[in-house]
Amino acid sequence: MTAPHAPVSVSPEEARIAGKPRLRRFRQASWDEKLIFELGSPGERGVLVPTADPSIGKPTIPDALRRTDPPALPEMSQQQVLRHYLRLSQENLGADLNIDVGQGTCTMKYSPKVNDQFVRDLRIAALHPLQDEDTVQGVLGIIHSLEQLLKEISGMDRVSLQPGAGSAAIYTNVAMIRAYFTARGELEQRDEVITTIFSHPSNAACAKTAGFKVITLHPDADGYPDIEALKAAVGPRTAALLITNPEDTGIYNPRIEEFVRIVHEAGGLCSYDQANANGILGITRARDAGFDLCHFNLHKTFSTPHACGGPAAGACAVTEELAPYLPRPTVEFDPETGVYRLDDERPESVGKMRPFYGVVPNLVRAYAWIMSLGAEGLRAAAETAVLNNNYLLHKVRQIPGVSVPYAAGRPRVEQVRYSWEKLHQDTGLHSEDIGLRAADFGTHYWTSHHPYVVPEPMTLEPTESYTRADLDEYAAILAEIAREAYEDPETVRTAPHRSTIHRVRPEALDDPAVWAVSWRAYRRKVLGEAGRP
Amino acid sequence: MTSPQDSAHTHAHPYIPNAVPAVRQAMLEEIGAASVEDFYADIPDGIRLHRPLDLPAPLRSEAELTRHMEELLGRNTSTRQALSFLGSGCYQHHVPAVVDEVVNRSEFLTAYAGEPYEDHGRFQALWEYQSMMAELLDVEIVNVPVYDGFQASGTALRMAGRITGRRRVLVATAIDTDKLSRIRDYVRPDHDVTVVPVDPDTGCADLDAVREALAAGDTAAVYADTPSALGIVDEALPRLAELAHDAGALYVVGCNPLTLGVLAPPSAYGADIACGDIQPLGLHQSFGGANAGFIATRDEEALVAEYPSRLFGLVPTTVEGEYGFGDVAYERTSFALREEGKEWVGTAAALHGIGAGVYLALMGPQGMREIGDTILALTAYARRRLAEVPGIAVPYGDALHFADFTVRYTGSRTATEIRAELKERGIFGSTPTGTHEAAFCVTEVHTKADIDRLAATLEEIVK
Repeated sequence: MTAPHAPVSVSPEEARIAGKPRLRRFRQASWDEKLIFELGSPGERGVLVPTADPSIGKPTIPDALRRTDPPALPEMSQQQVLRHYLRLSQENLGADLNIDVGQGTCTMKYSPKVNDQFVRDLRIAALHPLQDEDTVQGVLGIIHSLEQLLKEISGMDRVSLQPGAGSAAIYTNVAMIRAYFTARGELEQRDEVITTIFSHPSNAACAKTAGFKVITLHPDADGYPDIEALKAAVGPRTAALLITNPEDTGIYNPRIEEFVRIVHEAGGLCSYDQANANGILGITRARDAGFDLCHFNLHKTFSTPHACGGPAAGACAVTEELAPYLPRPTVEFDPETGVYRLDDERPESVGKMRPFYGVVPNLVRAYAWIMSLGAEGLRAAAETAVLNNNYLLHKVRQIPGVSVPYAAGRPRVEQVRYSWEKLHQDTGLHSEDIGLRAADFGTHYWTSHHPYVVPEPMTLEPTESYTRADLDEYAAILAEIAREAYEDPETVRTAPHRSTIHRVRPEALDDPAVWAVSWRAYRRKVLGEAGRP
Repeated sequence: MTSPQDSAHTHAHPYIPNAVPAVRQAMLEEIGAASVEDFYADIPDGIRLHRPLDLPAPLRSEAELTRHMEELLGRNTSTRQALSFLGSGCYQHHVPAVVDEVVNRSEFLTAYAGEPYEDHGRFQALWEYQSMMAELLDVEIVNVPVYDGFQASGTALRMAGRITGRRRVLVATAIDTDKLSRIRDYVRPDHDVTVVPVDPDTGCADLDAVREALAAGDTAAVYADTPSALGIVDEALPRLAELAHDAGALYVVGCNPLTLGVLAPPSAYGADIACGDIQPLGLHQSFGGANAGFIATRDEEALVAEYPSRLFGLVPTTVEGEYGFGDVAYERTSFALREEGKEWVGTAAALHGIGAGVYLALMGPQGMREIGDTILALTAYARRRLAEVPGIAVPYGDALHFADFTVRYTGSRTATEIRAELKERGIFGSTPTGTHEAAFCVTEVHTKADIDRLAATLEEIVK
């Protein structure tokens, strides 16, 4: 037995822990994880599958349709597969882990865990869409009720929850606009759609995909969509206006009714992209401003998880005049019998927008979220999101190098598009560099959609989910990065330093000779391996 | 200006921390605002909603919400509570526990559009999904998932249209009417869709009719589904490739990826573009809400240029030995080009791709072969066994079927009546495809005994 250590006296000063630093000392997990193709050994199995009773025999497969070489998939034991993916999950920063206000325009809010439990219940997860209606009254009731809730929230007359996501809902609205003018015999004449540069790119892209010419309005000097440009663009060729309000700048266009009136007077329809609806829930509605159609992103405004880029869910809401064109089937309710049913007999419908009835798990989550908040809670969400946004605006505008373009002195609604133009002029650093350095502090930051009409943009959207302390921390991170940019720009220019990996060398992504969308392409083109293993 | 509703919050909501009155007041003071109303100053009074939304009273506590949802869920009967033979585009397969474990991780479930630095795991998992699908499909390019197989088919046909500059699209195999509806809508501005009816006796492509339709010229693509909407794996699939190519058209094949451990991938018999739905690869049925689409091609610049979707690529970083990832040819997308992009791209179904990747890694080549063999054997057995039931004819003779198949009721009872009686006996099936025709589906979750039970039950019902 060794002698005990001599007693050491520790003074209270020495014993005191100094408290946490102002900014957290974050390090992202880095497992130096191999690619899945570099793991496992031939013969290993991750899961066994049932084999058919041998007595029933096997069908004959024509030679031309029989696979000759087995697919070169990984061969791994179960725990290896699990460990690989859990390591990758640790190398990922979901909204549950970080102050996710840097993904502006995407409304990164808290998705309640209890709602995920409902979705995993086998009475949702193991329902087949072609079951008899009397065996799925619960889920049909949820879909129908969610439609009723969204009717009230939008002020519209009918809702379809079939579209697979926000952009699919934009497209669905454009398809309904096309069907409406087709029915009136005006489609040949009305072949133009007007949108704005600060609306999501999908408004322009969906209109083009549906066969329309696209006219894009740019902002006036104050950042509002240019009403003179609208007046110049509108006319007998106008099919529709697709517009977001507030736009992705966070600025609410106070002349929105006038925009709608101008387009209506020219015979066009107006469709409201409500991707930014979170700040105006219960405050103002699409119908109140005269719109004919609108859509919501349920994965944004109504709190369903963003899932690495989907599954999302979209909701289209329309006036009675557009209702005949909604995707089929619709969910109908007979109040006398209390029975829900699917109506597929809709001759003027645009048809199917996706298989079956919508992204049901997200419909369940959105329904549960609204039901847990009610009218007062939705309004609290909107008001708090706007409060948080203006609080963060107040903090961020004090940071050297940042400016807030357009609408000087006016408040912002759901988000703000900032500019680091001055910081860029002073230091040569770009908005993207700041985002990469933000990763070192345990948070995510994305610049903005293209094109960068606002130079060196940054769009922050705090939503209602984050605490005052979270917002203070986020502003402090940006302030620290700005300080570094002026005093130690190399640290920012070479960031990230504490992430899973270092800066990507992106040149290969645009070079057909070496781009590698798959392991086999990488082996052929980059490693120079010929043939199959 | 303070509206009467302002600050009318009687409790702190667990999802909305800063609605606490004291916090809210302190934040307003720091900003120098009188009330939240100040921030709504740009919304004209005339379009303000001067009343609370008319919504049901909130279910304030998690306990109340759970009780309400339990009541609703209790009004559903799941395919685990019945014996289900439903398919037709949504399939009951076993979902390995590890798939659920991974896709329900917060880090994946709640992430969105991060960069490779804080979302490295998302990029790697999706790139690996692309890579495993590429092995399965024997190609080098597979996209990050789009919404569903319908969308994938529509986009694949538009891609073929842009490449060939031609107008017509020929559908050569039996196609699901809802899928056809989606395709027609989606290609409408640029393409006319011609469905060439299949041979009514064999259920297979009518090659003479396809040849004749191609003779009219201007065909961008010949489209085939395998299995077809009738469940048939058509022996004519390779011949259709030759006909398409002879006519200068591309060959687009929609396929069920779960077949490909046993059956040849479309690229092996001449498909230029393969597409389909990954729901069978480890995704739950979820009342038809868990579909996701794939598109796959050779690695040729002209083909890659026509993808509207995201394609993740593997690249080096500034440090030797690190794998980095990013968007291949981002400038082709509508994110970058708005209306000048190829169709559109937005949030679609990425997490389903991660889940399908986990599934493929668990299954490996052996698992994929075995599940394919199992389903082929059970489908053949079910067709044979139901054909023995008096009053049931199983059409399309010896054509190879996978999972889905159809029957004809030769007696007076309709498919709907038979379906209702099956349900009374705890069996879901007999999806009507006509008055006296119906679809059934078997997968690896079924046993010989399940099929015997179905046949015995039908013997009682079909007279």
